[in-house]
Order: sequence, then C-alpha cells, then structure tokens
Amino acid sequence: MSVRDAIIMAMSEEMRRDENVFLMGEDVGIFGGDFGTSVGMLEEFGKERIRDTPISENAISGAAIGAAMTGLRPIVDVTFMDFIVYMMDNIVNQAAKTRYMFGGKGQIPVVFRAAAGGGVGSAAQHSQSLEAWFTHIPGLKVIAPGTPADVKGLLKAAIRDNNPVIFLEYKAQYNMKGEVPLDPDFVLPIGKADIKREGKDVTVVTYGRMLERVMKAAEEVHEAEGVEVEVVDLRTLSPLDKDTVIQSVKKTGKVLLVNDAHKTSGFIGEVAATIAESEAFDYLDGRILRLAGEDVPIPYNQTLETAMIPSVERIRKYILRLVNNR
Amino acid sequence: MAKTSSKKVTDISKEKLLEMHRSMLDIRNFDNKVNRLVKRGVVPGMTHFSIGEEAANVGAVAALEIGSDLITSNHRGHGQSIALGINLNEMMAEIMGKATGTCKGKGGSMHIADLDGGNLGANGIVGGGMGMAIGAALTQKIKKTGKIVVCFFGDGAVNEGTFHETLNMASIWKLPVIFYSINNMYGISTPISSVINIDYNYRRAASYGIPGHFIEDGNDLMAVYNKFEEIVKYVREGNGPVLVESITYRYLGHSTSDPGKYRTKEEVDEWKKKDPILRFEQYLLDNKLVTKKDIEAIEKASEDAVEESVKFALSSPEPTLESAFEDIFAP
Repeated sequence: MSVRDAIIMAMSEEMRRDENVFLMGEDVGIFGGDFGTSVGMLEEFGKERIRDTPISENAISGAAIGAAMTGLRPIVDVTFMDFIVYMMDNIVNQAAKTRYMFGGKGQIPVVFRAAAGGGVGSAAQHSQSLEAWFTHIPGLKVIAPGTPADVKGLLKAAIRDNNPVIFLEYKAQYNMKGEVPLDPDFVLPIGKADIKREGKDVTVVTYGRMLERVMKAAEEVHEAEGVEVEVVDLRTLSPLDKDTVIQSVKKTGKVLLVNDAHKTSGFIGEVAATIAESEAFDYLDGRILRLAGEDVPIPYNQTLETAMIPSVERIRKYILRLVNNR
Repeated sequence: MAKTSSKKVTDISKEKLLEMHRSMLDIRNFDNKVNRLVKRGVVPGMTHFSIGEEAANVGAVAALEIGSDLITSNHRGHGQSIALGINLNEMMAEIMGKATGTCKGKGGSMHIADLDGGNLGANGIVGGGMGMAIGAALTQKIKKTGKIVVCFFGDGAVNEGTFHETLNMASIWKLPVIFYSINNMYGISTPISSVINIDYNYRRAASYGIPGHFIEDGNDLMAVYNKFEEIVKYVREGNGPVLVESITYRYLGHSTSDPGKYRTKEEVDEWKKKDPILRFEQYLLDNKLVTKKDIEAIEKASEDAVEESVKFALSSPEPTLESAFEDIFAP
C-alpha cells in the first residue's frame, strides 16, 4: 500500500470510529487533496466532514483550534508545509499554549498534516521541511514517519491524541509502497522510536523522508563491506525518544545523524546535543557526524536540488568515514 | 451629563437591571482596585483595564444565554470576564499570580479563561481570538447546539489579516458568531482614524455580505443591550455572522505602563461626563425602575466583593515550582 492510501485509510477509519473527527483544508473535497490524500472521502463522509475552505491559512488554523477547543477533532490538510508559516500564530501562540495558560483547562485535539521536503521540482517556497520550528515550541507534538505502516499507525495516534500535533508527510514519498496492517485498531505510540535495522558497528539516527535512503545505504555498506549499521528511526521528534537513541549509541560507539532539513538549527542538531550530554558520550569512539540538507533555499533545477539533499551515496560515505575513523 | 438614548422605558425585570448595574460596578471597582495594587507593587505583571468601557461589555454579555453561549475575549478582557460572572476571588488571585487563580497563576490578566462559564479565554495576541471564535461557532453549527459565539476585540484588531480571513470564512459558512469591536479609538497611542481609510469599521461588513451594526454611544448600556438583543436573535436564528462596533473610551492608559501622553486631559474629562455607570444609575432612578436604596445596596455589595477578592488573593499561596512543569499537555 502507498503512503497516500495509508493516509486515506487512517483518516477514514478514525472518522468512522468518531463522528467528531473531520478533515478541513484547501481542495480536500471533490479535488481529493492537493496530493490526492483525501480521494474518495467526500463520497463517503459528505462535505460537512470533508470541508473545503477558502485559501485562508490563518482562518483555517484558527477555526480548527476553536473547533477542537469546543469538542470536535479536526484534521487540517496544510498541503505544502511552506504554507504553515501563515498559520504560525494560531499554532505557536494559541494551540501550543492555551491549555497551559489556562492552568490545565481545555484541550486542543487537532492534527496539522503538512507535506514537507522537496524532490518534486517545486523550488524554494514549496520544498521545505520546517519541523524544527515546531519542536522548539513546548505544547506541540511533532511526528515524521518514514514508512507507510508508520504513517498509518502514527496518523491514527495523532488523531486520537488530545493535543495539537504537527504531522509531516513527504511529498516525494506519497507513492512509496510498503506493508500496512489493515486492522482498524492498529495504532502506534507517539514518542517511541523504532530500530529499523539492528547492527553493532555504527548507529544512524534519522526520520521521515531520509529513512528510505538510510536503509538503502545501510544495506549497501553491509553488502560491500560487511558493516553492520543500526538504524534508529525517530518517527516522533517531539517528544523525543532519547532513551532508544542513547542505548543504540552506547552499543555501537559511533553515530551519524541524517535529516533532509537545513543543517543549521536543524532537528538532528538537537539529537547531537542530546547524545553529547548523555552517558552515551563516554561510549563514543568518533565524532558525532551530521548529514543534512545544505543551508540554501531549495533550487528549482533538478540537478541542483538533488545535490542539496543527502543522497544514498553520501550517507554511505559518511557511514564508512565513521567506521574507518576517517 | 449625557442622557441615555433609549426611547422606550424598558420592560426588563428589576433583577436583570440591577444585575447589569452590579456587573458594571464590579468591573469599575475591580479594575480600580487592581490599578491601586499595581501601584503598590502587589500585582506583578501586565494588566489592561476596562474602566470606562463597562457598558460596551455588560450590554453585550447581558443579551446572551449566560453559561451556555460562548465568548472569546481579548487582552482588555476584565470587563468581559466579570460580565460573564467569573469568580472574582479566583480572578483577583490570578492577577496576583497565585495558585488559587483562575489559571493557577500561569496566565495572568491577559489569559483569564472560564471555560465552564462560556469564556474561551482572553488573548495576548491582537486578533488572536478570532480564529478560535469561528471554530467554536463551527462546532455549534455542526452539533446544532443553538448556542452562539461573541468574538470581542478592539479597534486595534481590525487591521490584522485574521480579521478579513475569519469574517470571510464565517460569512460563507453562515456561522453563529457576532464579531464585536469595542472601539475605544486608540491602539495604544495610535488613533484609529489614522489607520483606517473609512470613518467606522462596521462598514466593512458589506464586503462580506453580512449585516454591520453601529452603536454610536457605547457608554449607553440600554443602547448596547437593545442592539445586542436584536443581533443575538438574528444570529441564533441561523442567519450567519454579524459585525458590530460600539464607540467607547478607556479612562486609563493602554496598560499599566502607559502615561497617556497622546490624549489631552480635556478629552479624557469630556468622556468622563458620559460615564456609563452614572448614566445608567440616573436612567434607573429617573424612570423609577429601582430605588436609591437598591443602588446603594449593590454598590456596597460590589465593594465588599472586591475587597473580599483581594483578601482571598493575598492570603492565597504562591504556585509551587513543580506546577510550572504541569498542564503543558492534555492526557
């Protein structure tokens, strides 16, 4: 099943389960979503629950939060994550802080589904991965799964969660296929990383779009050089599963961190600091390496764009650098 | 002193009239007290006062189903919270940052919320409650509760982008929400006339195909109340949103840090002649709707309630340090 179908399945199952759940956003209805992530849902749920909106990101996000405060459970299709910048006041100043400011009263069960990352030739305003803007804010949960099964299990968890959740999808991976449990009760825990591949030589920590490339690189270095890579897929960025990361680094003593977002102030920098100040630091026998998107706006030209994001080849090289202590 | 503009002598019950007067007195007494406590250094943080704007707040809230209808409030929200009947002890404790406060001392004056009473919260971001208001109205419409939402904001909010987006969305979805601008004519020091190119903002309703109502004298309680009764009925009947604007004046500065250099003493004094509380009292007495004794009794009760709230707040404990790490996420 594709990531796209896993998203449709997760939302549809939750909407059948709970009448308070509904989807809103630009072109979610007859159009089926800018990325086809709600195809067929209008027919099943009707236009009240598959709610097309004007192009008004501020009002969409504000309305979602107000609806959530008063008993509904909205899912917002943000479409391109870049547009979430128009929603920042509502997410950062309102949704994230309301319960706290009110001394624990009220809750805001809302999911913002945002299509992140590049890879589809959309240039600088349609290709960003802005997760670090949100992991910096207490009161938000941030999820970035990298397989169709994790997308389904975690999107369902996000919808059932009673807090605002930023849910990253990767526009280059909507067609990516994988096994997906058909069980409507298949829900994964938020805040739990997953070891996608066990190994003893080196740990690679990643999430989201980069998981696929890290897995491929791990496979290649194993075949070519017999290197055993342990791949830690964070899946949830906030709250971060520090323990799984620390345990893996203690085991292998070497760690590479990979994300597609810009390197400077990117989320893997936080993971690096977490490792450096933990007991895992004493087990390291090499530097903590980061491999991330370049610090440039995403260029349109395909060759340029491709070169700005970590490739399988570069991930492989970085793994070997660590293993060979170069 | 300016007279009340109401033509008919009201058929509202004596209890309700006294309740409204009491609400205005509570707002005045409460905020005067907070202002004194600020000067004495007892209130640790930022506050914005509703003094002078009592009728504009109470007249609107009094037309609602209290405890059922909803409001969103703004940074100058004391008036709305009190009009809706918040527990004064807890509100005073909140403003002093105490553990017994409305928000356990974590929100303060700008974030007073009373979810059970229908107040979805004050807001420190100008225009920040407008999205919340249309979302709350969407819930009422979808769940067919018959409840309506009043979104309170000041003249300063009308040039935020959210004003346009939320009014448009509410109008296309015919949401049961009243957008209510209490125009006190200044955004901190900036006169509203210098930041909009029309005379009054309520005219913008035409852009959304919804009714725009103007309450020229927002210091006339009966004018505000009568207009709101009519609007509330219209919105509750499912006709969609309305934009309302009332003109009033804040006697004090924008916040506790404002010396008020941008206004003349003459201007402030002129407005004090149109004091909403004195005028309503006169209206009640002139029309023999209540007695002088009734008025004196509620004046005393209001002062006592405010004094009591100060005692409660002063004797309340500070929040524990651990509490700073609680209430971030809902279970």
